[in-house]
Amino acid sequence: MSQASTEIVRISGHAGSVPGAGLNREFQVCKLVDTTTCIGCKACEVACLEWNGNTFSETTFDNSYQTMPETTWNYWNLIKFNEHEREDGSMMLLMRKDQCMHCEDPGCLAACPADAAIVQYANGIVDFQEANCIGCGYCITGCPFNIPKFSPTARKVFKCTLCSDRVAVGLEPACIKACPTGCLHFGTKSEMKELAETRAEQLRDVSGFADAGVYDPPGVGGTHVIYVLHDAKNPELYGGLPKDPHIPYSVRLWKAPLKWLGNLAIVGGLAGLAWHYMRYGPKKAEPIPPDDERRV
Amino acid sequence: MNTDAVTRTAGAVPHDQEMITRYSFAERANHWFGALAYTYLLITGLAFWSPYLFWMAAVVGGGPTARFCHPWVGLFFSASLFWSFIQWRRDMVVEDNDRAWAKEIPNYIKNEDEKLPPVGRFNFGQKLYFWGMVYSVILLLISGIGLWYTEALPWSLRFLRYTAILVHASAAMITIGLFLIHVYMSTIMEEGSFGSMVHGTVTRAWAWTFHRNWYYEVTGRSRPQQ
Repeated sequence: MSQASTEIVRISGHAGSVPGAGLNREFQVCKLVDTTTCIGCKACEVACLEWNGNTFSETTFDNSYQTMPETTWNYWNLIKFNEHEREDGSMMLLMRKDQCMHCEDPGCLAACPADAAIVQYANGIVDFQEANCIGCGYCITGCPFNIPKFSPTARKVFKCTLCSDRVAVGLEPACIKACPTGCLHFGTKSEMKELAETRAEQLRDVSGFADAGVYDPPGVGGTHVIYVLHDAKNPELYGGLPKDPHIPYSVRLWKAPLKWLGNLAIVGGLAGLAWHYMRYGPKKAEPIPPDDERRV
Repeated sequence: MNTDAVTRTAGAVPHDQEMITRYSFAERANHWFGALAYTYLLITGLAFWSPYLFWMAAVVGGGPTARFCHPWVGLFFSASLFWSFIQWRRDMVVEDNDRAWAKEIPNYIKNEDEKLPPVGRFNFGQKLYFWGMVYSVILLLISGIGLWYTEALPWSLRFLRYTAILVHASAAMITIGLFLIHVYMSTIMEEGSFGSMVHGTVTRAWAWTFHRNWYYEVTGRSRPQQ
């Protein structure tokens, strides 16, 4: 809740107008993760815990460097490791820092029924407002990246905020601040996109990664976290990054056609019943059964 | 079903006021327990359904409370409906005369009941309502469990979440349609119907008019020869 309410451009579960829609002249921010220069040191994981005050949790060892299988409600930043064997038999250790992608068209926000439990700022950050969260978990269904996580004790859902509190006062996110190799960058979307494309070109032309490219999936309207990958044709190799993420079709169907069809059916049904009552009125029982002995 | 039930109230009651027991106390208690549970589910469910109805959650204690209680109340409603199923499933079997009745449904809508074939304890519309509720609640229960513990479903089984949201909403819409018709017909449309679920009894005339086969069955009277 660090940003002024006028900078909010989208509100979940909201009936009525949105304060910042079309009003604001705000830079679109972006985090760039260059997986090709990541060394897997996990400084970003620690910085995330430190800044957000999340408790240290037990790690899971499953014969890899990875801290745990996936992000959790109080562990928002996780480097995913994959020992990838290439076609020529050589080994590559692929490392991708996983966190909320801050979609331009966020599935969590589309699925959320609670007024203002999820907001999108003019700068592109998608932020959960836990005070308004009802803990239904629909955002978990709406997200194509498996990011929102439910806390059984709080009965609320949590995720990476892109350090909206830091960004609001002109600081870069904590993970960026901590990165020792400079594989993490933060700036405007256009600057980061340009930098990413330059790096991808370098990888293709100089480093021999013919399929190097930038991951900024159009299916969710682009994201405010983008990746440079050695192999942009197979993003799944990088800890299951989806190739063509989009808001699930069932969520789209549910939140638009099904909803309007249902609303129309309810209103139509009520109107039909009112019409019936006025046109035909109540049913009345016969006064006495005709086989009644008193009639005979 | 009560077949022993022509209750003669003491002394001075007029002949046509002899009441026939239609619903036992247990049936009525279960009905109103279920009705209360359904109303809660309707209010909270509609709150989650549309931002324009989210205020309804405030009426029952706010969004988080509504989210917490909705699944539990859903279980209570399912239990109530299951008990009704045990009680009424035999009376609710659709038979040949129901199919004949179904063909005459326009006359029922136009209140021209004399043109309808006689029916037993429940007519085809009531049977449709009953089975519609039973099957919808089975779907609601299965999909609801998936939505209750959404976070427990692993990412690899996410298609279950995608299916559950559609199934839950669609089945809920069907029950709302059934519910609206049910409430309309049993309160203001069919006189004597609401009282039967409150006091448990109907007049002989009511039984003869609306459920003639059942009337002859419970009163033991012989049908007039035609």
